[in-house]
Amino acid sequence: MRTQRQRRLWMAGAILLGVGTATALVLTALRDNLEHFYSPSDVVEGRAPADRTMRLGGLVLEESMTRAPQSLEVGFVVTDRFKELPVRYTGILPDLFREGQSVVATGKLGGDGVFVANQVLAKHDETYMPAEVADAIERAKTKKAQEAKSL
Amino acid sequence: MIAELGQVALILALLLAVVQATLPLLGSLKGRDDWMALARPAALAQTGFVVIAFALLAVAFLVQDFSLAYVAQHSNLRLPPHYRLSAVWGAHEGSLLLWVLVLGTWTSAVALASRRLPLPFMARVLSVLGIISVGFIAFTLFTSNPFLRHLPPLLDGNDLNPLLQDFGLIVHPPMLYMGYVGFAVPFAFAVAALIEGRVDSEWVRWSRPWTLVAWAFLTIGIALGSWWAYYELGWGGWWFWDPVENASFMPWLIGTALIHSQAVTDKRGSFRAWTLLLAIFAFSLSLLGTFLVRSGVLTSVHAFASDPSRGLYILIFLALVSGSALTLYAVRAPRLSGDLESPFGIVSRESLLLSNNLLLAAACALVLIGTLFPLLADAFGWGKFSVGPAYFGPYFFGLMVPLVMLLPFGPLSRWQQSDPAALWRLLRWSAFAAIAGGAVAWIAWRDSLGWKGALGVVGGTWLALGVVAAWRARATSPRDVVATGSVAPVRRLNAGFVGMLVAHAGMAMFVAGVLLTESSSIEKDVRLAPGESITVRGLEFRFVSVGSANGPNYQADRGQFEVWRNDRQLAVLHPEKRLYSGGSQIMTEAAIDAGFTRDLYVALGEPLREAEASAPGTQAWAVRIYHKPFMRWVWLGAVLMMFGGLVAATDRRYRRARAAVPVDAGRARAAASSLLGAAA
Repeated sequence: MRTQRQRRLWMAGAILLGVGTATALVLTALRDNLEHFYSPSDVVEGRAPADRTMRLGGLVLEESMTRAPQSLEVGFVVTDRFKELPVRYTGILPDLFREGQSVVATGKLGGDGVFVANQVLAKHDETYMPAEVADAIERAKTKKAQEAKSL
Repeated sequence: MIAELGQVALILALLLAVVQATLPLLGSLKGRDDWMALARPAALAQTGFVVIAFALLAVAFLVQDFSLAYVAQHSNLRLPPHYRLSAVWGAHEGSLLLWVLVLGTWTSAVALASRRLPLPFMARVLSVLGIISVGFIAFTLFTSNPFLRHLPPLLDGNDLNPLLQDFGLIVHPPMLYMGYVGFAVPFAFAVAALIEGRVDSEWVRWSRPWTLVAWAFLTIGIALGSWWAYYELGWGGWWFWDPVENASFMPWLIGTALIHSQAVTDKRGSFRAWTLLLAIFAFSLSLLGTFLVRSGVLTSVHAFASDPSRGLYILIFLALVSGSALTLYAVRAPRLSGDLESPFGIVSRESLLLSNNLLLAAACALVLIGTLFPLLADAFGWGKFSVGPAYFGPYFFGLMVPLVMLLPFGPLSRWQQSDPAALWRLLRWSAFAAIAGGAVAWIAWRDSLGWKGALGVVGGTWLALGVVAAWRARATSPRDVVATGSVAPVRRLNAGFVGMLVAHAGMAMFVAGVLLTESSSIEKDVRLAPGESITVRGLEFRFVSVGSANGPNYQADRGQFEVWRNDRQLAVLHPEKRLYSGGSQIMTEAAIDAGFTRDLYVALGEPLREAEASAPGTQAWAVRIYHKPFMRWVWLGAVLMMFGGLVAATDRRYRRARAAVPVDAGRARAAASSLLGAAA
């Protein structure tokens, strides 16, 4: 019976070791690949780090879209109706990308204060607003109201 | 009229589901045969009314009854009939009704095919399925009723989201749901066994074909979704590690582990508790997937208008169903195994299947953590995050490497104890050939094939040759009699074995396809005007012209592209940019020339309006061009896996009762004696 118990002990040890290693690896991987979600206000007010990949969400400001003449580079402004942030992107925009509609862009903040996106997502459904975008606009609204009060 | 009838049918289905969920279960606890006997008719009648409700909703769509709010929202007069039919499940309410319908289909199938089971067990299985039906029918009726009126009726409906006016919507959701919901059957079996307090190998064998069929449907459902996301611009390609994609992949991973662990429990009687746990988890993850998709709590490119308050209902239901199943498991499982487990060596079929299970479970845990972390972070106020594809890809790959390496040993190994040297002798040439093949591919196509592509060749060849080795070993040696531990002679190439080989061949194709296409695809976004061309990997894509084309409910700009290699024309492609009249929504239809070894893909982005006015037809467009080698292998691999699962499910051994069942034996004797009597 002693061998049986020893074997179980070894098994338990091996499983613990395996689970521990796996957890450590997964947590490291997770930490390196998290993309924090920021609103234009967060970025403009300096709450977003400069060198990390992040997601920016808000509405595309009306009449803000510009296109470079000989490439696929586009520029537009993302707003939470409080602060505005210019975005640069090269490539094909999704079908549901439209001025006045919500958008989520993944990318990094450039040195010139322009957000350089490598991916722009709009939603499947034109009536749908991503929870983060709705939240960002809501936060900006409350803040605006507070500032109006304190003036 | 349709609305009221549908409403009544759903209410009756709910009442019958309540009967199905309660009386047979109580009867099995009190030993009342008459209550238990209610299970089958209640289940069939419940399904009947769900079918009626579903058919009525379909009719409402076909005849364009815009007095139903749901129809008015998701259809209009110009919508072609086949999309009207698929619009039934094109949004939340109808998609839940499809869920309920699929559950009813599985329940009835179980009710009709369970005559051989002991009455109390059958009653419990059907009652557990009934409990799930009650939850989902009630959810549909009280929070997401598709039969609500919109009065006065509208003259014309809104429109089905143009993104959903696609063949993908017709086939993907039903197949996926057949898989998702099918895992309710092994779940019900597991819970019934836990209530009973013992796991008979007879019942494990009985649940195997059900699990296999559900798994086959889930496999093809996911593959169809992947194929759809691939040709739809802006859905992130064939696999994106999007939360909604992950939601369907997690039950698949656990389901795959389950069909392998069931084999051990069936043949050796080991892993009993583990098999039950996997069955509980496979269905719980299906429910979790339903919650993630329907609630919209996670940001996904595949998220449609959804409602968190409805999501809460599914979450509570998930907590109740999985929570009580797991509690039952915690109480009963220690009694299930113990001395029944037969010991096995470090190198044996059991240990190989155990590693398969551990790797698949770890892969599922990895996906689960990455998918749920944003929810947790939000709930705990850490901020709003999303987890990038870079988290999933490399670690998933890392877990699949040992899985692929060990896989060919599994079918060749013996139960209990296998000789490592003998295994190696059977597979060494396959190993050498795989490595040599990878090396040759690496040298021949070094500029286009990354290390991943070379590994894809190694992995694919290794798995394919492993299938050949397993088939040869089984077809040429009498070894299997000893290997399966069975006294009676075994049919050498039974359906279970053939199905496994087919599925493993599919895995070979899938592994090669994924790694080759990921490593050597070219994706380009360019600016092109009609008359211009671009060369991608020796292929010249000529943008010939843009014309207009009109469909039943849209107007489109239709591009013409020709693909040339040297002086030979390979393909003509017609990508479209459509403007749908209903919601004035713009849609891109990519044009794809699919081939066995490569896909050519062209999509029109948007017209680029110059500052200086240009004549119509000469305007430049943003154009997306892909050259994707071996893309089809990813889905062909999945199709093979599905066939493998279906073939294995037909194995006669799953339906044959073992001699030890007294009722059947008695019946057989009676039948035999009456036969003898007739002969005399």
